Amino acid sequence: MPLLENGQIIQDTWQIAVEDTPLPAGDVLVPLARLSEGLGRNEEARLGVVLNSADEIEALREALPRLDLVVLSFPVFRDGRPFTQARALREHLHFKGEIRAGGHILPDQYEFLLRCGVTTVSLPEGVDLSVWQHAHEAFTVAYQPSILNEQPEGFAFRRRLA
Amino acid sequence: MPHVMTQPALPVGHYAYDSVDRTFLKQRVAQFKDQVERRLSGALTEEEFKPLRLMNGLYLQLHAYMLRVAIPYGVLDAAQMRTLAHIARTYDRDYGHFTTRQNIQFNWIRLEDTPEILTVLAEADMHAIQTSGNCIRNVTADQFAGAAADEVLDPRVYAEILRQWSTLHPEFTFLPRKFKIAISGSKQDRVAARFHDIGLIAREGENGRPVFEVFVGGGLGRTPAIGTRLRDDLPEEDLIAYLEAILRVYNAHGRRDNIYKARIKILVQALGAEEFFNQVNAEFSAMDRARYRLPEATVEAIRARFGTPDFAPAGDAAEKLNAQRKADQVFDAWVATNTHAHKQPGYCSVTVSCKPTGGIPGDVTSAQMDLLADLAERYSFGELRITHLQNVVLGHVRQDALYEVWQALAQNGLGTANIGFMTDIIACPGLDYCALANARSIPIAQKLSARFGSADLQRKIGPLRLNISGCINACGHHHAGHIGILGVDKRGEEAFQITLGGSSGGEDASIGQILGSAMSEDETVDAIARIIDTYLSRRTAGERFIETCRRLGTAPFKDAAYAPA
Repeated sequence: MPLLENGQIIQDTWQIAVEDTPLPAGDVLVPLARLSEGLGRNEEARLGVVLNSADEIEALREALPRLDLVVLSFPVFRDGRPFTQARALREHLHFKGEIRAGGHILPDQYEFLLRCGVTTVSLPEGVDLSVWQHAHEAFTVAYQPSILNEQPEGFAFRRRLA
Repeated sequence: MPHVMTQPALPVGHYAYDSVDRTFLKQRVAQFKDQVERRLSGALTEEEFKPLRLMNGLYLQLHAYMLRVAIPYGVLDAAQMRTLAHIARTYDRDYGHFTTRQNIQFNWIRLEDTPEILTVLAEADMHAIQTSGNCIRNVTADQFAGAAADEVLDPRVYAEILRQWSTLHPEFTFLPRKFKIAISGSKQDRVAARFHDIGLIAREGENGRPVFEVFVGGGLGRTPAIGTRLRDDLPEEDLIAYLEAILRVYNAHGRRDNIYKARIKILVQALGAEEFFNQVNAEFSAMDRARYRLPEATVEAIRARFGTPDFAPAGDAAEKLNAQRKADQVFDAWVATNTHAHKQPGYCSVTVSCKPTGGIPGDVTSAQMDLLADLAERYSFGELRITHLQNVVLGHVRQDALYEVWQALAQNGLGTANIGFMTDIIACPGLDYCALANARSIPIAQKLSARFGSADLQRKIGPLRLNISGCINACGHHHAGHIGILGVDKRGEEAFQITLGGSSGGEDASIGQILGSAMSEDETVDAIARIIDTYLSRRTAGERFIETCRRLGTAPFKDAAYAPA
């Protein structure tokens, strides 16, 4: 799957753990249920975790310093829980690594994701990147603070979007 | 005309947009145009497009699209009202419908006209953002804000702060369900604060800055509930942070498996008020409070964007009014019902009834909108308010101008003297328009309005709130009516249940009780007539309808309602 980061398509080098199969060598993504198994690996490769929208962020508190990537999954674009999960990862747990959004996402949600702390988005193969770029540039102002700490725009909570 | 006013630089009563706000609205219109094109090209499925159009106020009803235009905290200026009149004339069937969220709906809109309508609105600093969808909706406020003699502080500045904060909020635009906030700055709760997802009542704090009482989890719909008081004295600087905390708990834990159990009231009930309070506090304590702090300077910067009326000395306005009232009984009756005490000597607020006898509650023609704009400009500093009871308020009218205002209103079908009386009916659009409805709300409202339309009879009956919903979703607030009417489907026929004893206001907020099985439209009208007769014969001196209901309970009214003809 292509990955969108800062308006560019980048290569996804992570492997996803396969059910009922030992974890492979190299950078691997595990579901929350296999987190301890991932943490128990004795190698230098990186570890990431895939959360469902119903999972509690708090479950990652202890493991987070050893994680490089958290994937938040949208079962359907209307399920807004990953927005709160992303913001909680950044704001409460001060996670500095990559937060990736996956699943059913609309380009119209891209700016919201970024402002909640998501850094990369998994896109379907063959997607029209210009629609996502366009969505990112649609607005030059927002009306509330975000974890990105954008510059104030005039007064109140208005923020200037890049 | 003795009272022609010069318009101040800033609009009175609502926030004045600047170039940044106007740029944002243009970008929003462009975004919607793009979404419509992507829908037409197939890049967006109907399932994906639906929430996006809803968040621009566009519903698909039974016969056409409906566009709901936002009127933040119910306040608009004369130029904006003329824009609404223009939209009614040009894109609809020459009328609009004021709603219980202080917005306006146009019922006969074509999808392909919508981007153009949004452009016309944007040119008047208006929009339809978040008037529908599972997001934070239009924040409602006291219709007498900034005017009422009983007001402690003007809630509209805070309503505007909440409007801006909630606009395209990155975290709270895909909530489990819609989210409604109301704010009042008076001890007289005129916003039904306890029937909102969040209700706020502002008062002066000890340091001279406001504090807020916070109610959460109230609402109507299938599961009516009275809100729980979470905070008694939330400081101004924590207002946004605390609301963020409530919304985060709701967004993370509100139910998403059943839309009828997805409102925050269900979460509050499931967790229990104490556990919900603890979860909100845990979030509130953990969050970056500096980021979400609402500084005094920000409040004052927003306040500085509001125009304020430049009142004239009272002079002999009150004496002139008294003489005019003595000379004209009909005028006197209208003043008694349709005016509200103002904090400024020599002024009062006028409630213009959009409920003419036998008419459709809340419907106003484009010509009436233009007249209201003219009157606002001439007599009320260019300012108009829409009330959650579906009427229009001229907030600041000199007492010696009332007679002229009343004459102009009466000549144009807007002079009905029934505010607070039985024919001041709240009604949803019902099955005439709405795809969700089980029954038509409008014809029964018209029949009741005609049946009880006599000015003498209404005055004799006294204060009585009659609310009609065409289905269990309760857009007509039937649970909160002293008399409520709920449209149901009874074996394929439209039928109506009667509830009794509801009330939306303040400490005595209550939910109406169902009297019994549903009846046909005409049977319901007759049953209500017998309920009124029972009240008139059983009331004690000076006892209002709701008080008699509470004293006697529902039994005698039930007997009357179901008495054989």
